[in-house]
Amino acid sequence: MERKFWKNYQKDIPDNNYYYERSCIRQSFFPGSETTFLRIVGDVLGKQIEDDQNLHTCTGIGYHADVVPFETTQTIIARLFSLMSEKGYRNFVPSCVTSFGLLNEVVETWKHFPEELQQTRDFLKQATGREFEIPEYITHPCDIIYKFRKELKEKMRFQIVNQKTGEPLRVVEHIGCHYSKVFPQAVIGSAEFPQVLAGMVEEWGGQVIDYPERRHCCGFGFRHYLIMANRGYSIANSRKKFESMEPYHPDFIVTNCPGCTMFLDRWQYTIKEMEGKTYDKQGNGIPVLTYEEMTGLLLGFNPWDLGLQLHQISAEPLLDKIGIPYDKEQKYLGKSGKIIDFKGF
Amino acid sequence: MIDYFERLSRDVRVKEGLKACMNCGICTAICPAAEFFPYNPKEICNILQTKDNKKIEALLKNETIWYCGQCMSCKARCPRENVPGMLISALRKLSQETGLFVESSKGRQQYAISKTIAESILKSGYCVHAENVKPELHPEQGTVWNWYYNNLEEIADRLGANYKKHGPGSLRLIGKKNLDEINAIFEVTGGKKFLETIHSYSTKKAQEMNLEIDDSLNSPYFIKTYTEDSDQ
Repeated sequence: MERKFWKNYQKDIPDNNYYYERSCIRQSFFPGSETTFLRIVGDVLGKQIEDDQNLHTCTGIGYHADVVPFETTQTIIARLFSLMSEKGYRNFVPSCVTSFGLLNEVVETWKHFPEELQQTRDFLKQATGREFEIPEYITHPCDIIYKFRKELKEKMRFQIVNQKTGEPLRVVEHIGCHYSKVFPQAVIGSAEFPQVLAGMVEEWGGQVIDYPERRHCCGFGFRHYLIMANRGYSIANSRKKFESMEPYHPDFIVTNCPGCTMFLDRWQYTIKEMEGKTYDKQGNGIPVLTYEEMTGLLLGFNPWDLGLQLHQISAEPLLDKIGIPYDKEQKYLGKSGKIIDFKGF
Repeated sequence: MIDYFERLSRDVRVKEGLKACMNCGICTAICPAAEFFPYNPKEICNILQTKDNKKIEALLKNETIWYCGQCMSCKARCPRENVPGMLISALRKLSQETGLFVESSKGRQQYAISKTIAESILKSGYCVHAENVKPELHPEQGTVWNWYYNNLEEIADRLGANYKKHGPGSLRLIGKKNLDEINAIFEVTGGKKFLETIHSYSTKKAQEMNLEIDDSLNSPYFIKTYTEDSDQ
């Protein structure tokens, strides 16, 4: 009975041959995370993954901010699927959590309303001459890391453990709403039992904090962040989470959503500027990692290759706790090999 | 008077998202927008269930429908599989198609969103691109963002990106054929007509408010819709 119950919270994750769609937000704010994911899947796990230059936005932010009609979004997504079909893949892997939710939404709509699928096929054909196949799997990259967490552990140089005390670090895991709430049946653990990041953290030596507002939205709110006048909504929601997690003294936050990572990082900075308040004892703020960065760090990748220098909340105190070495001089290196002066900003 | 409910009932999101609401209120209990704004997703279901055209018209005109943050927490919680967040999407679309969105301050913000996000999709293939996140419009992004923004190619490419160049990689240039097909899809599916409708009603409203409006992101109407907070 217990096994049957938990089956509802599991999902099939393909073990190879992935077609990767980059995220508008992830590329813009944390490009090193996508580089790291490809490196982990391709180089560390030895899997086939396609990084197609022809891919583009799914329109997700425009759709949820209500400037792109659903018919248009469905057809743009159909074009993404068409590109996948052309390359001979069946496993679509969108980096963005909003894309993940929206792709599932669209495919589910087509199941329930075949006329919407036919209309989309007609629109795509008329606009581009293209045809498409629906993916066999829509898998978020965090699902893939979760699936191979034990194999990755064998290759890791570090654990989520305080090197001085030997105690597990205390971790807040935050799962994007459009991963866990739009199609709970399509994800590991759903919103009820958020397991995908917790499974990684616990496998790799950390301790997950279960705090009251664990499932609360980070506050992106689409139009509420995109419009300057509305950003109070966004910061208020993140603040609610920080206030709720503070008593549990987290060592870091890890998220699976490009937007959540950015907001939980930036709003800590803003709250400090506005109110002088930080949510850790040292006054640094709680470092926020992407799951790709967390995995890469434990595998021993150079923190500055991962892109930790793009976080407003400094990650160095966390690296020190785990005992991960880093070269301070390399932090501000550019592609050309020159140091890009941080002074004045 | 337009039969608003009939228009809404053609929207697949209303077909999917409006079952028999039993008024338990769990959507309102879980809703982040209901904590922050005078917003009650349960009421959205209630009003649509009445099919009362006057009440629906009032919804299309007022601030209420613009409060939802589209997190879809309601979808995960409703025991009857109603989805107020999807009903909101349908209401917002109808509000823009009928021009009623300009009657509310938050509705008028659609102009600024169309000028930033939708035009970005059509011109670049990205909803959001780092180069459009200007520090002066995003002070919350902080000092690290200023450093990164002022050295985007150097820093992004050091992290494996392919900044505004052909070929795969983060922040790459999305090729002309792809952009042409994206634009053709917007044309064929009604996406461009929808944007023209937003701009047409916004232009009329700008004239009514004695505010200049042009194609730029600097016009007084754009700035007002981007920075005006109706809740202040």
